[in-house]
Amino acid sequence: MTILVIAEHDNASLKASTFNTVAAAINLGSDIHVLVAGSDCASVATAAARLDGVQKVLIADAPHHEAQLAENLTALVVSIASDYSHILAPASSLGKSALPRVAALLDVAPISEIVGIESPDTFIRPTYAGNVLVTVRSADVLKVITVRATAFNAVDTSGSAAIEAISAGTDVGLSSLIGRELNKSERPELGGAKVVVSGGRGLGSSEDYQRLLEPLADQLGAALGASRAAVDAGYAPNDCQVGQTGKIVAPQLYIAIGVSGAIQHLAGMKDSKVIVAINKDSEAPIFQVADYGLVADLFDAVPMLTDALHSGN
Amino acid sequence: MKILVPVKRVIDPNVKVRLKNDGSGVDLDNVKMSINPFDEIAVEEAVRLKEAGEASEVIAVSCGGHVCQETLRSALALGADRAIQVETDCDLQPLAVAKLLKAVVISESASLVICGKQAIDDDAGQVGQMLAALLGWPQATFASNVAISEGLAKVMREIDDGVETLEMRLPALITTDLRLNEPRYASLPNIMKAKKKPLEVVAAADLGVDISPRLTVLKVTEPATRKAGILVEDVTQLLDKLKNEAKVI
Repeated sequence: MTILVIAEHDNASLKASTFNTVAAAINLGSDIHVLVAGSDCASVATAAARLDGVQKVLIADAPHHEAQLAENLTALVVSIASDYSHILAPASSLGKSALPRVAALLDVAPISEIVGIESPDTFIRPTYAGNVLVTVRSADVLKVITVRATAFNAVDTSGSAAIEAISAGTDVGLSSLIGRELNKSERPELGGAKVVVSGGRGLGSSEDYQRLLEPLADQLGAALGASRAAVDAGYAPNDCQVGQTGKIVAPQLYIAIGVSGAIQHLAGMKDSKVIVAINKDSEAPIFQVADYGLVADLFDAVPMLTDALHSGN
Repeated sequence: MKILVPVKRVIDPNVKVRLKNDGSGVDLDNVKMSINPFDEIAVEEAVRLKEAGEASEVIAVSCGGHVCQETLRSALALGADRAIQVETDCDLQPLAVAKLLKAVVISESASLVICGKQAIDDDAGQVGQMLAALLGWPQATFASNVAISEGLAKVMREIDDGVETLEMRLPALITTDLRLNEPRYASLPNIMKAKKKPLEVVAAADLGVDISPRLTVLKVTEPATRKAGILVEDVTQLLDKLKNEAKVI
């Protein structure tokens, strides 16, 4: 049994979710290969070769993999699939887009966003916004799986796997990337941050979201998150959304500010180690999952919290 | 250009989900059901494209038992022109749905499929991408803006660290994200009109595809619930707890 893990990267660096996906793969077997498909992505392959548990890194380096289009990645993965018992990818926007495509072409029923592994053919996955966990057994010879990164602890980087260049295939030419706007930030990546400061509709405006939350996040070295309501209202960009249909996070500390706590939001953060809620509505459902709740006007409480952290009190 | 929009009947998003007493699955008895919210966005987008003159017809499709007709009527009330129910009592998994839809897309000669990015019940998020793959079509998942002209689709999509825009030549498949549009409310006259729009029933067995389940559900459980903690008096006490009790800062 050999397991293929599809690396998540930006052609320059390996993303944290790959570390967690390799950790999931270790539960399935000991022969693990990582596929790096990209363009000028040798540094990514070097990083992947250091992941503990990885035997071999396959690099498919070609211009048509630069944009990481689902169609091209799918064609590449399908071309090497027969060597593997399992194909895993992080449940990222790329993994979610490409893996069902891979599965369909191989006539396999994919398994989305697993949070647990019972055996090489039996997996646990959340449904209904995380309110129901389902244990499923796959009857397919090959298993095609996306992995929820927060459910598996990242592997260390003391390995030294071999790196092998493979044929990158040809451009299937079905779609092309014509623009990409990434929200550049010095802050940690939301999915892997140790602390997340998250804002909801209670913040009232994009100006106040930034004015109140950014200094607090700076003090804590935190990533910024948001509820769907805050993103819909334009207070925060879409990639900040935490919840059932946004990002799933499980930091050491999650601070929910002016977030009411709809079940769809809770689905994205309830596995956080410590949850703090600041909201002036004492009836807000967020308090039912918070370890520490502060019923207060966030416009007073948040600057006080930031100042206190700043002065080291 | 015909647009095909698959729609799924799911538990209403505002209903609190409960398991059956014997733990065999989710209790659907006497529970309010609705059209999957992402599919509603898909119907809205298709109807807008038709209103803008980019499409000739919007066809809603649902796979499952007779009750799916309710969901199809909701899509018709939002503006779809006609509906197809692919009838089966089988437990349909996403791969099977993709195969059934492929057969319908081909028989209807649709050149655009718009579907929800995921259903809020199984949260699998697979059907669209699998359907695109089976058809050999390009796809744009998680769409937040769609522009179609002269056989080209430009789709802005929400990705993990921002947004990107893809260009695809039709035929193509798009899956909808939350912010693509805000679906209209079906007006009473449109709900009445929807009852008279054509709804065709096709037997799944007649489509000649293998729809047997590949995944067996062994167990269904509720995750451990988180206990509510304590309310703190003020910011000072909050910081003290975070430092000295939780030790997270």
